[in-house]
Amino acid sequence: MIFAQIEKIGIMSAQAIERFGFAVRLFWDSFYWLIVGRRYKQRVRFHQIVEQVRVNGFDALPIVLALSFVVGMMLSIQLLYALSDFGAESEVLRAIAKSVTREFAPLITGVIVAGRSGAAIAARIGSQVVSQEIDALRVMGIVPVRYLVLPPLLGLMISMPLLVICSDFMSIVGGAVFSIGTLDMSLMAYLYESLHILTVNDVMQGLIKSVAFGIIIALVGATTGFHVKGGAEGVGKATTSAVVISISFIVLVDMIASYFLTQ
Amino acid sequence: MSEMIRFEKKDDVCDIFVAGEVDLSNSAELRKTILGALKGANQVTVDLSAVSYIDSSGIAALVEGLQQANSQDKSFCLSTPSQQVRSILELARLDQVFTIQ
Amino acid sequence: MTMTQNLNNNETVIKVENLVTHYGARKILDGLNLDVKKGEIRVIMGGSGSGKSTLLWHILDLYKPTEGRIELLGKDIHSISFNEQLKLKQDIGVSFQSGALFSSMNVGENVALPLREFTNLDENTIRIISRMKLEVVNLGGFHKLLPSQLSGGMIKRAALARAIVMDPKLLFFDEPSAGLDPVVSSEIDDLILSLRDTMGMSMVVVTHELDSAFKIADKITVLDQGKNLITGTVEEIKKSDIKRVKDLLERRSRHDELKPDDYLKRLTQEHYTLS
Repeated sequence: MIFAQIEKIGIMSAQAIERFGFAVRLFWDSFYWLIVGRRYKQRVRFHQIVEQVRVNGFDALPIVLALSFVVGMMLSIQLLYALSDFGAESEVLRAIAKSVTREFAPLITGVIVAGRSGAAIAARIGSQVVSQEIDALRVMGIVPVRYLVLPPLLGLMISMPLLVICSDFMSIVGGAVFSIGTLDMSLMAYLYESLHILTVNDVMQGLIKSVAFGIIIALVGATTGFHVKGGAEGVGKATTSAVVISISFIVLVDMIASYFLTQ
Repeated sequence: MSEMIRFEKKDDVCDIFVAGEVDLSNSAELRKTILGALKGANQVTVDLSAVSYIDSSGIAALVEGLQQANSQDKSFCLSTPSQQVRSILELARLDQVFTIQ
Repeated sequence: MTMTQNLNNNETVIKVENLVTHYGARKILDGLNLDVKKGEIRVIMGGSGSGKSTLLWHILDLYKPTEGRIELLGKDIHSISFNEQLKLKQDIGVSFQSGALFSSMNVGENVALPLREFTNLDENTIRIISRMKLEVVNLGGFHKLLPSQLSGGMIKRAALARAIVMDPKLLFFDEPSAGLDPVVSSEIDDLILSLRDTMGMSMVVVTHELDSAFKIADKITVLDQGKNLITGTVEEIKKSDIKRVKDLLERRSRHDELKPDDYLKRLTQEHYTLS
């Protein structure tokens, strides 16, 4: 039995490494076709990318804004409580502004978009594998990566930073709503002060992370989608694992990025 | 204009002669010729007797010509299509739509 | 174009030489050869697991073989450049078993997709061509419907319209009549025949429907265990003495000789693995 378990772990790791290689290959291929596509009749349509920005970015805006507002409030509750021990409540504004732009906005946006778009990409590609649509594209001469992976990849790389900027703003507003009473400030003064405290570096850190998260979401969704086996049930499993895997990678990459970007 | 497609215009009548193979490489030209002829003439005939092969884009050019002619109350007909052309027209039941001389 | 003319025309359009392929350790195709002439309708038959679909996927370059050569329209598909492959693919149409219509597009957009991607035709022309192809398969006026709104037979016909939209020289069918009622499946057979007669297309049809095979085939190739068992005209196949071919024609399933020891092991051993 032990050997069977070890074998199973071995197979799983081999599979994980293979999948990782597949995802890297997808990334490489996507940009390869973006650059040379025109020469090989594999043109990337502008409207396809605009559509992806709409579906993955604009349509996610309400939920991102709502949750960002709540997270901002939650942060201010906790920070006010923690900082009150040192009588340092006035620092809550700085703490919220910095932690939101550097950490929480990209993270919350990444998790929401992973749940929405990551699952959708996996489900879409997975069902196309099952229904032979991918094969149909290939026999027609349409490169599936160019047609199915590149548009959502670019769409997410564009819409994630835009969403994070909105999320930054909304989280700070959420924090402000709870803090201005304690700090005895007007909302406008609070927002102005936050803007004043933030450096380009703070905001850029969040934006860089968000682009990385966008790439992770698109690649994990596509990779799990392309590896779907076994009909409708397989598609269901793929969507679940796409979300779980991409959130895990987002958290992991977030930690690594924080470490290096905060040096 | 290539030698495959040429036209003769007399007053209101325009005859277009098509020869050889009509495919993606020259169907756009056929389309332009037909639509152009319909601007200047009231009666357009496309002679297809020398056509050895016509693909869907060529047939589509003929269809567009007919639609244009009908909307302007002009006459548009096909003349002596070769067997290959005729059977393709029949496949899409277009032989019942065109006036074939 | 009549059949005698076709058969006199000796131009080979599909040539498969010594095709070998494995799935894991198992050999699926074992030195297969195939030679299809211009204007010919070749039916590939064989029981499940005989390798007939696998052969089709290899010809379409969806799988890479372990060994062997495949030539389509005189070009070795494994050694030509990407642009040549692309050009070759414009000359190939495929009708998949499930239809494989793109579910996010309506029928008209599905049919028009290859035209949009690979030609510079005017939007009017593209619309006329794709509607015309829908007329050919008897789906005139259905272009606005989504694939999910179509019946099984309509999906197959729409897929066929998409397969022929570029006026291909080669047309491939995977189980064209599977899951269809007899009337619809005979309609598809008629379509196959009239496409060959008017457009001169050469076709490979993978099917297990005997009636359909006998109706459309110029030649039938019967596969068994990844090998070419027999290739011949309908008459030749019907007269064949080969037991496996007779089984297939009389709709008997394949039964290997029973080895009592092995059989008992299969039934009783907890960890039995196929050798």
